[in-house]
Amino acid sequence: MLSLRSSQRIRIAAAFVFATTAIALANCAPAASLHNTIRDAQRKVVKIYGAGGLSGLEAYQTGILISSEGHVLTVQSYVLDTDDLAIVLDDGRKRKGELLGSDPFRELAVLKLQLDEDAALPHFNLNAAPTASVGDRVLALSNLFNIAGGDEPVSVLHGVVTALAPLDARRGAFESAFRGRVYIVDAAANNPGAAGGALVNWQGELLGLLGKELRSRSTGAWLHYAIPVDQFIDAVDTMRRGESLGAGDLAGSAPAEPLKLADLGVALVPELLPRTPPYIDAVHPGSAADRAGLRRDDLVVFVEGEATASYAAVVEALGRHEKFDAVRISVLRDGELIEASLDPEAAVDESDASEAESSDEQSGEKALEEAQRDGTEEEAGE
Amino acid sequence: MSRVAIVAALALLLCTNAVARGAIEPGPAVLVAQKARANAIAKASAATVAVFDSSGGGGGSAVIISPDGYALTNFHVTAPCGPAMKCGLPDGRLYDAVIVGIDPVGDVALIQLLGRGDFPTAEIGDSDDVRVGDWAFAAGNPFLLADDFTPTITYGMISGVHRYQYPAGTLLEYTDCLQTDAAINPGNSGGPLFDAEGRLIGINGRGSFEKRGRVNVGVGYAISINQIMRFLDHLKSGRIVDHATLGATVVTEEDGSVVVDDILDTSDAFRRGLQYGDSIVRFAGREITSANALKNVLGVYPSGWRVPLVYRRDGQTFSTQVRLMGVHDESELIALVQHEEENPSEPRPDELPKPDDGDQPDDPDEKDQGEQPKLPIPGVADLLNKPKMPEAVAKRFEARRGYANYWYNQQVQQRLMRRYLERSAVQGVGYDWMLVGDTETADGFRLDISKEGAKLQLPNTGHFEAEFAGDLSQQLSPPRTGGLLVAINAWQRLIDKGLRRFGEVYYLGKLPHGPDNRVEDCLVGYFEGMEVRFFFAADTGDLTGIELFAADDADPCEITFSEFTEFSGRRLPKRWHIRHADADFAELVVETWEFNAAPADPAQGNQ
Repeated sequence: MLSLRSSQRIRIAAAFVFATTAIALANCAPAASLHNTIRDAQRKVVKIYGAGGLSGLEAYQTGILISSEGHVLTVQSYVLDTDDLAIVLDDGRKRKGELLGSDPFRELAVLKLQLDEDAALPHFNLNAAPTASVGDRVLALSNLFNIAGGDEPVSVLHGVVTALAPLDARRGAFESAFRGRVYIVDAAANNPGAAGGALVNWQGELLGLLGKELRSRSTGAWLHYAIPVDQFIDAVDTMRRGESLGAGDLAGSAPAEPLKLADLGVALVPELLPRTPPYIDAVHPGSAADRAGLRRDDLVVFVEGEATASYAAVVEALGRHEKFDAVRISVLRDGELIEASLDPEAAVDESDASEAESSDEQSGEKALEEAQRDGTEEEAGE
Repeated sequence: MSRVAIVAALALLLCTNAVARGAIEPGPAVLVAQKARANAIAKASAATVAVFDSSGGGGGSAVIISPDGYALTNFHVTAPCGPAMKCGLPDGRLYDAVIVGIDPVGDVALIQLLGRGDFPTAEIGDSDDVRVGDWAFAAGNPFLLADDFTPTITYGMISGVHRYQYPAGTLLEYTDCLQTDAAINPGNSGGPLFDAEGRLIGINGRGSFEKRGRVNVGVGYAISINQIMRFLDHLKSGRIVDHATLGATVVTEEDGSVVVDDILDTSDAFRRGLQYGDSIVRFAGREITSANALKNVLGVYPSGWRVPLVYRRDGQTFSTQVRLMGVHDESELIALVQHEEENPSEPRPDELPKPDDGDQPDDPDEKDQGEQPKLPIPGVADLLNKPKMPEAVAKRFEARRGYANYWYNQQVQQRLMRRYLERSAVQGVGYDWMLVGDTETADGFRLDISKEGAKLQLPNTGHFEAEFAGDLSQQLSPPRTGGLLVAINAWQRLIDKGLRRFGEVYYLGKLPHGPDNRVEDCLVGYFEGMEVRFFFAADTGDLTGIELFAADDADPCEITFSEFTEFSGRRLPKRWHIRHADADFAELVVETWEFNAAPADPAQGNQ
């Protein structure tokens, strides 16, 4: 009995030794297999060449293969505005690409490669994509600066997920429509041409898609970020079916109960013409609009920083928010831009907010000037 | 007893595991890795140099590769310095340094630090072994931060290999370079990129910046060390070194083949049979899948190098060896270099690296920054503010057209010649030789040669003569040798007249020659309008080959010597391999070698 037990213990001990050795080996292993992981991941990244090429508008970007039959996910941009899209695979094969569908909200697009052959292309599996946490080591794969010509594999940069935060950024004068959570990384991942590249973990699994070049709305710093897979996986399904997402069906982020004008206590001048200017016709006393100081005859020019040229644009912009969301609205009154924060839930006047917002706008202006000095004004072309 | 021991062992194992998982203190593996990394950095740092121009302004980085102080840096770092610069080492000391040779196309310069014979050196790695995903670190002096010359270390990953970066302006083309996300910033230029073990794999010189200002955005480029090592002896020649071209241009076709769309009829590639419409399959042992790939491989070879070429025509594959020609002619190269030295930011200010760093801002709006005052280096400026060339540098510098520093060329010329004459005891062999021996295929050859002419009797093929008077380019007998007898005459003249009186002679560097493509030191001499290349073995100092080019666009007569044997007290080659164009001409085996030395010969000094 005793001997049996001790032999069991020995076995247990041996198992432990084995386990610890295995752990130790596993710790060393990434160094050896990281090369292979990278090489495998590179094969799933493609280079996209299309419109552009003028004054700093690069005529190239990156994309990732998401199906064996040649579906490519990339960012929606001017590069895709051509009938002559060339997509270069990792092995240097050049194929034409056709735009299947796009998502103007996340600024994504799905292309389909025109393949003559029955190729089983290596691709990322969106459905098996894991999520990453702050501190996880990541790799960014893209054709930044179009360094990788022909059959050269795309560039690989290493880094760490430094934050998971809502995207609060702009490009030139325009704010990005997408406000979901993104991975912020410390690798210089988002350079010219990098948009549409892959952010992967050290196992080569896709974590997110590198976004377009954006600067932080508050600091003006260039952002290095990727949109997590779970933020776009449903939209990709829609685009793959060959459908484009409208502003109304922003799958995944469409509000359950969209915010309406009435919720804020505002009535606009009735929409008689297709582009009726959004003048406030009436403000309901005691409403959020009233508390924020909005008045009759104010012209609504921005909702959450988004330009609103018409009645319809205001309704649409508000509709992207939940019924209970606070929204920032900028109005033009006697030639002066006035900012207001409207909170349908709160009963407290937030007149302070308007000051804070206007100073923010100033810093934004400053950053914009800076951007133009740096030669970033080409971004305004988008 | 045993139970206690087992339990204790178990407890210990659990404990170690717990410590590792709890991250209270790093596991032993981490500490080992960290120590290895610290050691690699310490070793690498010792050989890293901070370079300043002699007035203490501007600067860059460099790395020492031999104990006698030879150090590699970027051409664009040395260009504004002139022949002298100051170099700081991590030991805190400042050394004088002199320019040795430059490769303006490849953006490489060789300098020599003076004042010590035991400089710390970097271990040379193999950049062809570098893979994407390898860890690497750059050492150097970004933003000229190090007052005490201790290099700044930036760690990163290899992002790409065999990258091609277009020339900035007319020069500074980066072919087959390494791409890293280790931060390469202004001031890192010319500094080393090391692999994780601290072996030198490249020289940092460029980055992609675009609109982000002039700081790193994750893309830096290093010239691969293998390319530089191939150029090293050329750089040691003190010359302005040129890169190579095939003499043909290619395009990538739709089907992925790389097709010749233009070819110079003066190129060796043309003479070796390459034609318009042929597709290049392999070049220098590398598969060619795009026009860019060819450009990439070409860029790592110096002008004059010989490489294997495989091409395809009508489904048939041909293999040959081609000599690469220079990209620029000499005066063109000199003009480019002068332009760069005098006016570094002129040709394309938005793309040319600035003299004080070395990077390539693409943003036109960054021009202003380049014109701002250079970064001051506190404490060093006064020390360096010497307008005159330091004496140690002046001793080792000689200006001459076509050279970065002619002094070094002369040193090698004299060394090669002295060793050859001493080791082979050929001084005074004169012009009157009679050689008798066999050929590989048949018996009996006889060569009679004198100052006036030569006669060669070969079995089967017959009797040939040459006169060494008048236009020697008309005396290229026997046919299909390219001028064997004249080549022997040139050899005699070199021994007799020495370096000074032979005609123009210079040291070229090392080039492959002969049937085995041995890479050996090459002296080039001109006489009677012809170019002769003499090859010397590094170990024995023997003259191992001669190549005679009767005209610029003619195939040379190639003689390769081997089996050095004693003939009348002199060390001379028994076996002569003679080749011209695409075919071997003969293999001579010398049995007897008689001299009728002219009495005046020993008095005529060499060199």
